Amino acid sequence: MFDFLNSGQYDVLGAFWVTVQLTLYSAVGSLVWGTVLAGMRVGPVPLMRGFATAYVNLVRNIPLTVLIIGCSLGLNQTLGITLGGSNFKEIGFRLAVLGFIAYTGTFVCEALRSGINTVPVGQAEAARALGLSFFQVLRLIVLPQAFRAVIAPLANVLIALTKNTTVAATIGVAEAALLMKEMIENEADALFAVFGVFALGFVVLTLPTGLLLGWVSKRVAVKR
Amino acid sequence: MSSVLYDTPGPKAKARNWVYSGVFVVVFGLALWWVLSIMADKNQLDADKWSPFVTDSQVWTTFLLPGLGETLKAGLIAMVIALPLGALLGIARLSDHAWIRVPVGAVVEFFRAIPVLMLMLFSYALYVQFSAVSSELRPLYAVVTGLVLYNAAVIAEIVRAGILTLPRGQTDAAKAIGMRKGQVMTYVLLPQAVTAMLPALVSQLVVILKDTAIGGALLGFGELLSMNRQISANYSNTIPTLIVIALIYIAVNFALTTFASWLERTLRGSKKGTGAVVGGDVAEVDAGGAAGVGKAP
Repeated sequence: MFDFLNSGQYDVLGAFWVTVQLTLYSAVGSLVWGTVLAGMRVGPVPLMRGFATAYVNLVRNIPLTVLIIGCSLGLNQTLGITLGGSNFKEIGFRLAVLGFIAYTGTFVCEALRSGINTVPVGQAEAARALGLSFFQVLRLIVLPQAFRAVIAPLANVLIALTKNTTVAATIGVAEAALLMKEMIENEADALFAVFGVFALGFVVLTLPTGLLLGWVSKRVAVKR
Repeated sequence: MSSVLYDTPGPKAKARNWVYSGVFVVVFGLALWWVLSIMADKNQLDADKWSPFVTDSQVWTTFLLPGLGETLKAGLIAMVIALPLGALLGIARLSDHAWIRVPVGAVVEFFRAIPVLMLMLFSYALYVQFSAVSSELRPLYAVVTGLVLYNAAVIAEIVRAGILTLPRGQTDAAKAIGMRKGQVMTYVLLPQAVTAMLPALVSQLVVILKDTAIGGALLGFGELLSMNRQISANYSNTIPTLIVIALIYIAVNFALTTFASWLERTLRGSKKGTGAVVGGDVAEVDAGGAAGVGKAP
């Protein structure tokens, strides 16, 4: 039943490695982009606040599939943007990461904002009373505490991102879901075994992430 | 405009904010100009690529609106089936009997861990092999099945959170007046939990609507996104079409999100209930309450 794994025809581990890479690059990118957005949203410059609010509300409501297909059909095939990639594989991968960062950044921003809300008002007031500027208040006082409060929600964002990377299959990035699609078509009689293998792969990817980061979030949470 | 995070700007800070705004406008303008110049290069700004959406009503009546209809149809069917299923799973997960609680917990966690796209692919293959569903209906069935499997698990968690967020006194009081477990659940906990979960359920509907687009891209389901191919085949206007489609999604989902947060605010503020609410994001930490730092703007 599982002999498709040994036939050498399918590189299941390789496909999952692409999934992991997509997740890691997008996670780092969206953490940075989400933090920048959150900073703009709580900042003193009205224009930036407006931009970040509009961006989050717009992008969050677009289906990820539309963004990813937009990156491929729109940016690449119509406008000829390659993001420095030289072949189909590289370009697709980079476009997908770009789409994931644009989308996931909004969720990181919202999680961080709710984390900023958990920091007691007195912290920021004390910081301002010491004469710290907005950037110093944010960087030295508020964000370190906010990040420690939002490890658990960010872990959920990361798990959602891991699962969302399968959407890259719609533009032909050779990650796990695309291989599963191919295998379902070729090995129709082993449908349940194929699904079982890929389902197990995602359980293995997401379950430890959740458990580990859940443990971390309890350890680093600010005791109040 | 002031906030806890920064002082009310004086003359100097106001000037500085203007400088920041100016820099931001310049950077944003340059980026916009860069994108628009590429678009103009590739003729994507030509009026005839955009005018079909205004002048040709057939674009709306034959493509966009039916597509939106399919999206809403799949989303609503999935929601209607997943809701009772999820409620059942959620309650079963709170059971006193380990032989119900543990397997149901495993099922819920399993389906929550698997991407909905894979569930759709899997159900599509299932329908091909084991059913007589006609090939025109198959994409709809597959999309709905995938969405139901995934969202029943998510809704189970919402229901569980909704019941757990109710004050303990509710169960205690119900037991004290001699209700049995089933009665406590049906007469006391569930009715209150349903109100508490409403915002989370509306938010979940947004997630479901967004996920239908996967079916359009991968399974040939004729929903809103898949209309892009047909419209741009007629007018070769990929980017304008994608933008219009994105705007339709934004309009529908933004309305739902706004409704969800209005519900959440109203329920939280309401004097009638217990004030217990499951917010749009089930996992959201709510440690700080109302006194947080970032409230002002």
